Amino acid sequence: MSEISVLPLPMRELAEFEEKGTILSWLSSCDHKQIGILYLLTAVFFFIVGGCEALFMRIQLAVPNNHFMKPETYDQLFTMHGTTMIFLVIVPSLLGLSMYLVPLMIGARDVAFPRLNALGFWLLLFGGLFLYTSIFFGNAPDMGWFSYAPLSEKPYSSLPGVDFWALGLFAIGIGTVASGINIIVTILTLRAPGMKMKRLPLFAWMTFVNSFLIVFALPALNAALAMLLIDRGLHARFFTPDAGGSPIMWQHFFWSFGHPEVYIMVLPAFGIISEVVPVFSRQPIFGYGFVAASTVAIALLSFAVWAHHMFAVGLGHSMDIFFALGSMLIAVPTGIKVFNWVFTMWHGAIRYTTAMKFATAFLIEFTIGGLSGVIFAVVPMDWQLTDTYVIVAHIHYVLFGGTMFALFAGTYYWWPKMTGRMLSERLGTWHFWTTVIGFNATFFVQHMLGFAGMTRRVWSYPDLPQWGLLNMISTAGAFVLAGSTVFLFWNMLWSKAHGKAAGSNPWEAWTLEWATSSPPPLYNFAQVPPVKGPRPLWDLHHPEQQDRYLNK
Amino acid sequence: MTETLAAQGEDLLHDKTRLAILLFIASEAIFFACLIAAYVRYASASPLGPNAKSVLDPMKTGFYTACLLSSSITIYFAERAQRLRQAGVSRWLAGTMFLGAVFLYGEMQEYRKLLDENVTVSRNLFGSTYYTLTGFHALHVTVGLVLLGTMLVISLRRKMRKPQHSALTCISYYWHFVDAVWVAVFSVVYLWSTQ
Repeated sequence: MSEISVLPLPMRELAEFEEKGTILSWLSSCDHKQIGILYLLTAVFFFIVGGCEALFMRIQLAVPNNHFMKPETYDQLFTMHGTTMIFLVIVPSLLGLSMYLVPLMIGARDVAFPRLNALGFWLLLFGGLFLYTSIFFGNAPDMGWFSYAPLSEKPYSSLPGVDFWALGLFAIGIGTVASGINIIVTILTLRAPGMKMKRLPLFAWMTFVNSFLIVFALPALNAALAMLLIDRGLHARFFTPDAGGSPIMWQHFFWSFGHPEVYIMVLPAFGIISEVVPVFSRQPIFGYGFVAASTVAIALLSFAVWAHHMFAVGLGHSMDIFFALGSMLIAVPTGIKVFNWVFTMWHGAIRYTTAMKFATAFLIEFTIGGLSGVIFAVVPMDWQLTDTYVIVAHIHYVLFGGTMFALFAGTYYWWPKMTGRMLSERLGTWHFWTTVIGFNATFFVQHMLGFAGMTRRVWSYPDLPQWGLLNMISTAGAFVLAGSTVFLFWNMLWSKAHGKAAGSNPWEAWTLEWATSSPPPLYNFAQVPPVKGPRPLWDLHHPEQQDRYLNK
Repeated sequence: MTETLAAQGEDLLHDKTRLAILLFIASEAIFFACLIAAYVRYASASPLGPNAKSVLDPMKTGFYTACLLSSSITIYFAERAQRLRQAGVSRWLAGTMFLGAVFLYGEMQEYRKLLDENVTVSRNLFGSTYYTLTGFHALHVTVGLVLLGTMLVISLRRKMRKPQHSALTCISYYWHFVDAVWVAVFSVVYLWSTQ
């Protein structure tokens, strides 16, 4: 092994610190790996909570004219489900992976600001717990996850649920911005020698671009939340129409945050796929530059498409056309990525591990979600379909079929690195197929329900032809999907107890996180391998066959 | 000249504290842009009730604005003295804090006058947008004063070492930003909408 020492050996006390696996060492940790895992555990906890909320909704919708629960309860369920899954599951799990992996991938000891990292995590956790304490103070928020004014204003929501929602998200927002700044600075300043930006692993590239989205999009939400809180607490008039305020302005603020947020939730997932697909296809990524550049294009475009959430408002023709074109345009860089992944697989020696299965399914499910997204960019289609179950199907195809599938792929790919033990492929295959079947059964039929005119966020529905049947399929699918996660958790517990030792590089992968032991020591690397291209470990192990054209 | 600029840019890409504060400032800029957008959106929403034209006095606030803007100069000298290891850091810091405090005093006087005239957050949209925008700015000035006070204590105890040097640079960036926001707020609220 021709390794050269590029970082000084760790100080002695650091190595001793690591020995302590106590609860206190977790609570007081500033280590990026521990904080990353704390993020992931938080996300798992809220995933179970949000998943149960979804199941209760599906029970209510299983049959027509159901009276399983009160409409008020249903409103709280869908609001909390959306808020939880977006702010407390998807964003934290992607941030957790980024925090865990980015320093390892770039050959650093930690993130640039370890204490700021801890602050970001604890703000997020307590923001989330604060949101849920609303249940003990009258009611959970019940105005939908985008909290449209004037429904969110005092006259229509007099109970404190909305205040909990706004304050909780405010704390989460500040924590998320701190994490975003941390990742950008880490990638800019702490790369190992030789790790040029053009050699950055694509996951790091995506989180880098993503962090800019976080830094620039979240403040718009925080400003809107501040105004909403001032409206509710001090009787200001920002969004109350009777005093000249404009509810539309809330929508503009919210979606100018909300649409970049959609990409905040999917860009790191693209990054996961861009790591998993090449490794299991045994080929370097097809068109590295295009994958990275199209990410930048998506990020820039994502700030100019928010009003496609507002076509039904009646903003006027020119606005509609502008935002329709922008929204269609953003499909181009996204499509480029899909082609890159497919061509990476093309003629590859594909190994269908569970991670690769999820990555392949991601390509299909995400493309379905992407296609229905382009349909919504067509204004008249949007007028017809907005606020129907087609929207619900679309968002779940991109966020579950897209991001969650990618997260599952990432879980099976990086679990050995984080724990030092392999997951069971047999249980993984069970998890994979039940997820695919449950997911498509739940959400594919919702396209049809939406076209048939079933509106979202209504607690019950009349007994129209086929509606009962399709809803029953959807509910059954939701239970299969819930059951599928049991395989995942079982697999994790099994792996912790009986899993095969992983070794430092079980997948024969090429990025730096696989150059250190599994799990990595507190100081990450005693020595960082030389970085001469985007695949340093390939170059290291195949000195006669280096990626000549990649390593320019 | 271009070489030194390029060198500075290269330097910045390795200075994590300065990078972080610049990103933070960029994020804050979006926050204030939203508040200003809300003010502009509702600038003509209160034609009868109290509005910028009827209750604000650009001349008087102009004086306090001048104080705040000159504090940008004093903090520049504080930072420069620190960087060149010259004497006077504490004096320039104290001067900056004094000017910032005068600005806050002026804002308090203005709030008191407006509240006496029953111009409140809930009175109309002018009140809502005016107090939200200037209030968040005043909050940022207050945070700046706390930061400057911390630096002042450190410098008086002569414990400035290298890390604090970059801290003072970052605080000066933040302080310049707070001033720049006020330039935008003053232009929009006191100059444009009082026409």
